[in-house]
Parts: sequence; structure tokens; C-alpha cells
Amino acid sequence: MNRLSLFGLLGLVIRRDLILAMRRRADVLTTLIFFVMVVSLFPLGVGPEPDMLRKMAAGVVWVAALLASMLSLGRMFSADYLDGTLEQMMLVPQSLSMLVLGKIVAHWMVSGLPLVLMAPVLGLQFDMSAQALWILIAGLLLGTPILSMVGAVGAALTLGLRGGGVLVSLLVLPLCIPVLIFGTGAVDAAITGMSVASHLLLLSALLLLALVFTPWVTAQALRISME
Amino acid sequence: MLEISNLACSRGDHLLFSELSFTLAAGELLQVEGVNGSGKTSLLRTLCGFMMPAAGEIRWRNQNIRELDEAYYAEMIYLGHLNAIKDELNAVENLRINAGLAGCAVEEKKIIAALRRMGLRGRETLPVKVLSQGQRRRVALARLLFSNAPLWILDEPLTALDVSAVGLMQELIGEHLAHQGMVIYTTHQPLEVAGITTRRLSLS
Repeated sequence: MNRLSLFGLLGLVIRRDLILAMRRRADVLTTLIFFVMVVSLFPLGVGPEPDMLRKMAAGVVWVAALLASMLSLGRMFSADYLDGTLEQMMLVPQSLSMLVLGKIVAHWMVSGLPLVLMAPVLGLQFDMSAQALWILIAGLLLGTPILSMVGAVGAALTLGLRGGGVLVSLLVLPLCIPVLIFGTGAVDAAITGMSVASHLLLLSALLLLALVFTPWVTAQALRISME
Repeated sequence: MLEISNLACSRGDHLLFSELSFTLAAGELLQVEGVNGSGKTSLLRTLCGFMMPAAGEIRWRNQNIRELDEAYYAEMIYLGHLNAIKDELNAVENLRINAGLAGCAVEEKKIIAALRRMGLRGRETLPVKVLSQGQRRRVALARLLFSNAPLWILDEPLTALDVSAVGLMQELIGEHLAHQGMVIYTTHQPLEVAGITTRRLSLS
């Protein structure tokens, strides 16, 4: 019998979660449709002046992405918790952190990546310039994985609690403020002609930091939740 | 192999049991008995490391399981009340993932053979959600067939199973013990394995 390597486990978990997401497409679509709806409501609500829309575009897209990512956090571990798969996951002979990382990556591919791909279309609604759109996408590409990773910690801590969905938003949203600031800051800098490198580099630093710490913290939180 | 010394376990403020000591050697079968709420499941979950014991120590091959951690998990298999199978996936996909989580990659041929032995011929590629409760349990139990872990921890393995499946379980446990395996289980149904004396541990 072949032993599975650490990266074999990572691949297995990602593939599994993607197959499950494909068989439960409604869950994936709700996040995306929510994102599209919230962003599209703003031009209707605040009126169609192009100058104002251009100015608030990045902020609106980022806040909507933040809220949309909260929507799917509750599902990250709860299905596995309810049917006992999480118990078996605790007993993996390889690293639990690696398994958690796999779940985070799969969660991002299902709920974060579609938002990144959709953002340019929505940006056009706000009359964003091509350059600003590229920066927005770059920022979202760096930022949405952080949202998934920080969210995973919150989801693990609130696992099995009644009303955990609201609690996880209260826990996680404040922690995502830096991501929001640097993400919108980068677009603002691009519009005003300043250097965007500092904002994007800070986002990358946050991404690396989250990549190193959150899988391990999430694994510990899951162990506590399972007791 | 497995040594439990002075183990105590509590749920909240309620002490379930204390001063529990036993050892399990290769080829032994241990049934944990007790009334509802006496701590059978808690004992098994403590043995899996899900719960911290309130006192005492669990040792595997003379080392504390907390220190062994992943090395211990590679040598045990746990089957709880929940089947750990996904409704959206079919039996083969479920088992391949379960085997992957247990740390081994299994060929499809072996999985199908295991499912057929569990009496699920023709059900291999149906989504699990269309299977009955007993058939789902059989899918979950099929994991035992291609695991090479010496220690089996089974919590109520016979729930929802019919008479023929119970017979099959007795056979599986018998084979496992003959290969120097160890089994700890709880059940409210009689489960006797031919040629093996079941040790009983009573929680009160």
C-alpha cells in the first residue's frame, strides 16, 4: 500500500473539496451573486455621476468582496463536522495543518477566485480606468486568500456553536481591515498617479504571514472545537 | 501495546470514570460495556486523542500518545457514530478519500473488491444519498478492509446493520485479530468471534 506524501494529502483535500463544491453548485453561486448584487446596487443607490462612482469604485468592490467572503465561511468546516469527516481529518497521520491549508485553498478557489474574475466586469460599471482595474485585480488576488485564511480561524473557533455565522463575522471582519485599507489604497494610489508598489507589497507580506500562521492556528482551533 | 493507566475522564464538571487501567496486547478483543451515559464513547474518544483525559496516561508501544501524535494516528483507525461519508459522492469516491485521509493511496480495484465483500455489489457508483442507513454503514465499515492499522477503535459498529452484516463484521474482526490486530469496541448487540475470548471492561 502506497503511503501518501504531504503534498499528496494537500492535493487530495483540494480535489475533494472542489468536487463537493461542483456537486453543490448553489452554494458557490450564492456568494458570487451576492457580490455582484451588492456592487451593482451602489450606482443605483447613489446616482450615476461618473466622478463619484470612479472615486468610490475600489472601496465598494472591496467591501462587497469582504462581505461575500464572510457568507461562505460558515460552510468551511460545518458540513465535515456534522457528518463526522472532521473526526477522521483529526486522525490524519500527516500534518493536520497541511490538510487545513488544502481546505483553505479549495475554499478560496470556490469563493474567492470567482470574485477576482468578476471584479473587472463590475469595475466597468463604475467607469474605472484600465490601469485602476489591473491594480484592483492584483489587490484582490493578494487579498482574497488572506480573507479565506483569517476566516478559517474564525470558522474553526465557532464550529458547532449556535448562531456561529454571525459570530464568525464579528470575529473576522475587524481582522480584515488592514487588507481592505491596502487593497483600496493601491487603487487610489494608481488613480492619483502615485506608486502602488508599497500597498501591494504590504498585502503580499500579510499574505505570507497568514500563510505561515493561520493553517496551524486553525488546526489548533479545530482540535479545541472537537473536544 | 496499548496501556491505559489511572485514566479519568470528565464531561464538564461531571466525572465519568476514574482510576481506569488496562492493557491490550496484540490479538486481543476488548468490549467496553456500560449503561447509557457511562462514558463509553468518551473513553473511545479519549483513546483517539480528541479529548484530554482529566488524569492518567495512555501509552502506545511504551510512549504517550500525546507525544507520538501523528505516528500513533498512522497505526489506528476509528469508526464513530457518524459515518464520515459524503452524500454527494459515490461509495468508491468516499472510500478513496477516506483511505487518503488515513494516509494511503488505494487502487480502485481494491476499493471495489472491498465494497463487494461488504455486500454492496452494484451500488459502487451510486451517490451515497440514495443508499439506506445500513448500506451507508457498510460503506463506512469497508474502510476497515484496506486499512493496515493494527488498532481498531469501533464505537457501536453494528448500528443499523442486518444479521448478515453482523456476521460479516464478526468475520472481519476475527481476521484482524488473527493478524495480530487489536480491537476495542462498544456495542449493545451480542458480538462473538469464534475462537477468541472477548475481554470485557465495564464502566459504571
